[in-house]
Amino acid sequence: MIYEEKPDQGILLDGIGLTYGKGASERQVLQNVSLKLEPGEFVAVLGPSGCGKTSLLNILAGYLRPTRGTVTINGKRHTRPDPGVGVVFQQANLFPWLSLARNIEFGMRMQSISKARRRERVAYFLELMGLETSAKLLPHQLSGGMKQRAAIARTLATDPEIVLLDEPFSALDALTRENMQLHLREIWHKTGKCMFFITHDVDEALLLSSRLIVMHPDPGRVVEDFANPLTEGAADPSFARIRSSADYSRLREHLLARMDGVNTLI
Amino acid sequence: MQSNTQAQAAVPLKNGEDRLAPAAARRGAGGKISKEWLYRGISAASLLAVLLLWWCAATFGWVNPLFLPKPQTVWSAFMDVIRDGYKGQTLLNHIGTSMRRLFLALAAAFATAVPLGILCGRFRVLRAIVDPFIEFYRPLPPLAYYTLLILWFGITDVSKVLLLFLGAFAPLFITAVFSVQRLSPDRINGARSLGAKGWKLYAFIIFPSVLPELLTGLRTAVGVSYATLVAAEMVAAVSGIGWLVLDASKFLRSDIMYLGIIIMALIAIAIDLVIRSLIRRVSPWTEQ
Repeated sequence: MIYEEKPDQGILLDGIGLTYGKGASERQVLQNVSLKLEPGEFVAVLGPSGCGKTSLLNILAGYLRPTRGTVTINGKRHTRPDPGVGVVFQQANLFPWLSLARNIEFGMRMQSISKARRRERVAYFLELMGLETSAKLLPHQLSGGMKQRAAIARTLATDPEIVLLDEPFSALDALTRENMQLHLREIWHKTGKCMFFITHDVDEALLLSSRLIVMHPDPGRVVEDFANPLTEGAADPSFARIRSSADYSRLREHLLARMDGVNTLI
Repeated sequence: MQSNTQAQAAVPLKNGEDRLAPAAARRGAGGKISKEWLYRGISAASLLAVLLLWWCAATFGWVNPLFLPKPQTVWSAFMDVIRDGYKGQTLLNHIGTSMRRLFLALAAAFATAVPLGILCGRFRVLRAIVDPFIEFYRPLPPLAYYTLLILWFGITDVSKVLLLFLGAFAPLFITAVFSVQRLSPDRINGARSLGAKGWKLYAFIIFPSVLPELLTGLRTAVGVSYATLVAAEMVAAVSGIGWLVLDASKFLRSDIMYLGIIIMALIAIAIDLVIRSLIRRVSPWTEQ
């Protein structure tokens, strides 16, 4: 994955601020958040509840308008939802009246992509997600893990610049979750998409991300932003190898402490 | 290489997880279905018992036959009406006239109340404009403004269809407004992030999302307009199943009155069954 360096390539958050209320009841949800997300990065965002990470995701998606600051994607202002920014929700949020294949096809239908091309891409993503045999089923006939896989496929099928994931595996049981984590990393490697992954699970963040961001509340801001040393260098380290590395537990303790607001040195 | 082995290791687990849900669902459904048939059997037995009681009461003269004709008398009245019609029109004509009025009104109400309700559910300002009129006429008994409609349009099908239209409009409108307001923001946001906007958002996301509830609203609307239809035909008409019963009462033909009322009930049950099967077909996920 080699990308040409272009100054306006990637996703740029510039001085994002979000304020609710006026006067005495004013609450600063986000204060001066500036980030540059590069293509191909897997960014994990950690933070205690109320730190504004979901608000930040909503602003990136275009669901919420920031009080201050701008979001720019490849040099273009991004102010409302569009297929350039894909979103995977905590609940799979599939359309219950559409079959799995039709759910995956939906975004492409909205973009008036030709039928032949749609069929080809649906088949590709069904295979990528291991859902070939379930293509004709309705969402209520699927397990939680399958639904979430279909939701990821549906988002990728529109070929977004960045995929936002809002604690996508938090509603799944432990075994399914580990499967999904492996699967997501494989997909990330195959597609090279920029992933913006919100989680409160430190282990999940350490295993998956190429870059770690920690946020603090009151007001919501970024307090840590560094490349994940555990996944750096090695092409595709196994989860077991990451977990057993000497740095793992030290980094884990550090992140937990930082989420609590205690400052320790790496 | 490593990623490959991991992906393969994940496969059997995925399949195991997939099989669980449907099997459990099937077992649950099986028990429910046999219980369901038991209760249906009890209902059928109860119906037969009352029919028997009717037959006894009429045959042994417990009740004056003017108030309660024999079941056989009602049956032969049915055969007569089938063969000769009633007052110049066949029975099917009477029923057809009533159904035409009903379905014209329901179709028109669905086609107008649903789009307007959906828009009012999305735009508070529009709802504020429309609400006072809906709230004003909704609690009125339809026959109260039927007098005005007759004044305007005479004792015609136009006045009757309009009356039923107004009766069906309010429940459909209100269902549309509230089901749109209850839609989860994630549903709309997710669709917008997939590129649905403008009319496509309404046609492909909002309408199908609220369709199951709209059909439930339609059931209510059918109830209201069917009741209104029969009443309106009794007040002012020269044909239709409601008029048939009223006309028979003027000549003390209680057999025809019973016949008409039974036919009315059977029609209502049939319409309800159709709508319920429609609901099941468009929203299999809401079952259980």
